Amino acid sequence: MVKGIEKYGIPVVHMCTVVPISRTIGANRIIPAVGIPYPLGDPTQGEAESYKIRERLVERALKALQLPVDEQTVFEKDNF
Amino acid sequence: MATYKIVHYLNQFFGGIGGEDKADFKPEVREEIIGPGQALAAGLGEDYKIVATVICGDNYFGENLDEATDTIIDMVKKYEPDMFVAGPAFNAGRYGVACGTICKAVEERLGIPVLSGMYEENPGADMFKQDVILVKTGNSAATMRKAVPNFVTLIKKMTTGEEVLGPAAEGYLERGIRVNYFAEKRGSERGLEMLVKKMAGEPFETDLPMPKFDRVSPGPAITDMSKAKIAIVTSGGIVPQGNPDHIESSNATKFGWYTMENMDRLSKDDYMTIHGGYDRQFVLEDPNLVIPLDVLREKEKAGEIGELYPFFATTTGTGTATNSAAKFGDDIGKKLIEEGVDAVILTST
Repeated sequence: MVKGIEKYGIPVVHMCTVVPISRTIGANRIIPAVGIPYPLGDPTQGEAESYKIRERLVERALKALQLPVDEQTVFEKDNF
Repeated sequence: MATYKIVHYLNQFFGGIGGEDKADFKPEVREEIIGPGQALAAGLGEDYKIVATVICGDNYFGENLDEATDTIIDMVKKYEPDMFVAGPAFNAGRYGVACGTICKAVEERLGIPVLSGMYEENPGADMFKQDVILVKTGNSAATMRKAVPNFVTLIKKMTTGEEVLGPAAEGYLERGIRVNYFAEKRGSERGLEMLVKKMAGEPFETDLPMPKFDRVSPGPAITDMSKAKIAIVTSGGIVPQGNPDHIESSNATKFGWYTMENMDRLSKDDYMTIHGGYDRQFVLEDPNLVIPLDVLREKEKAGEIGELYPFFATTTGTGTATNSAAKFGDDIGKKLIEEGVDAVILTST
């Protein structure tokens, strides 16, 4: 799906749990997510903390969309 | 007394531990022959013995790659096996990746032959077919019986050092390895024969298949996020309560567009997940874990993004053919271009 959309020239950031799969299929901007049953957040840490985790990941995704890349890039940290 | 010892690797499902609710199962070793191991043992005969079966949950493996690999290597090492066999994984994506990862690691670190098997569209196949011999299976466990003879032949050849023939002869996935041989006809003759067949519209087999360069260039960076229109797409199976369009929970053949208009977050009263590939308890409680609407609305209000496209596109990623996914992507991309969307956040479980 990532490639199907991105081939129209729309940048796609893939937020996913299993990064090697994302690399294989050919996503270009990749954000490693938290866990398979809860990619964006962590409900085991309570709702407030879960929201904060999600917010950070989304902020990272928005930042990744503003960075020109010319090859597959995995954004593991907030600072880049 | 068996001459050759084998250690077998299974996920939580084939290991008989449980389904998705047990996908966090940590690696454990059982000194018995379990599930698909029975069929292999029967085919291999008494010269071979599966001395132990390692079972690990697919999520545990996927989320703790290094740790799980180290633990399993230690377990395998203890038995000093002559060979390591994983799966087969059929079309289970996380299982396929786990089988490939652990086989490659065992071969590298313990120096023994390894073998796994899976369906050719399993994401693990593209990732590992060059490193590991992967017996070609169908997309479900119902195809095990057909795969057993190929497993048996390969295990025997690999343990005794007999030459393993090409992928078509032995029934494993093409590895892209070229082997020199003396052809009966020289190149010019073969070339002309192919040309004649091609002109006659008949099928022919090329000497040199071209690799598929299936890549898409990265989309351009967004220069002004405060004016950008953002859309959300997911393979996490989020649908309105009741799943009105009957999107399949596995091997999806369709996707849906659903509204987020006038909502500050996705409420669990209105939305659910039908994804058949993960433990759904957390997402059923909070769908924002997959579609981060709550955060994106805040960003929209704060002016950090221009606007959020009011519909999200959704399907189920598990067991879904890559061809179907490519088609969904194409349909979604076409629509988003028409709607003037500038960038997409795509979430996967």
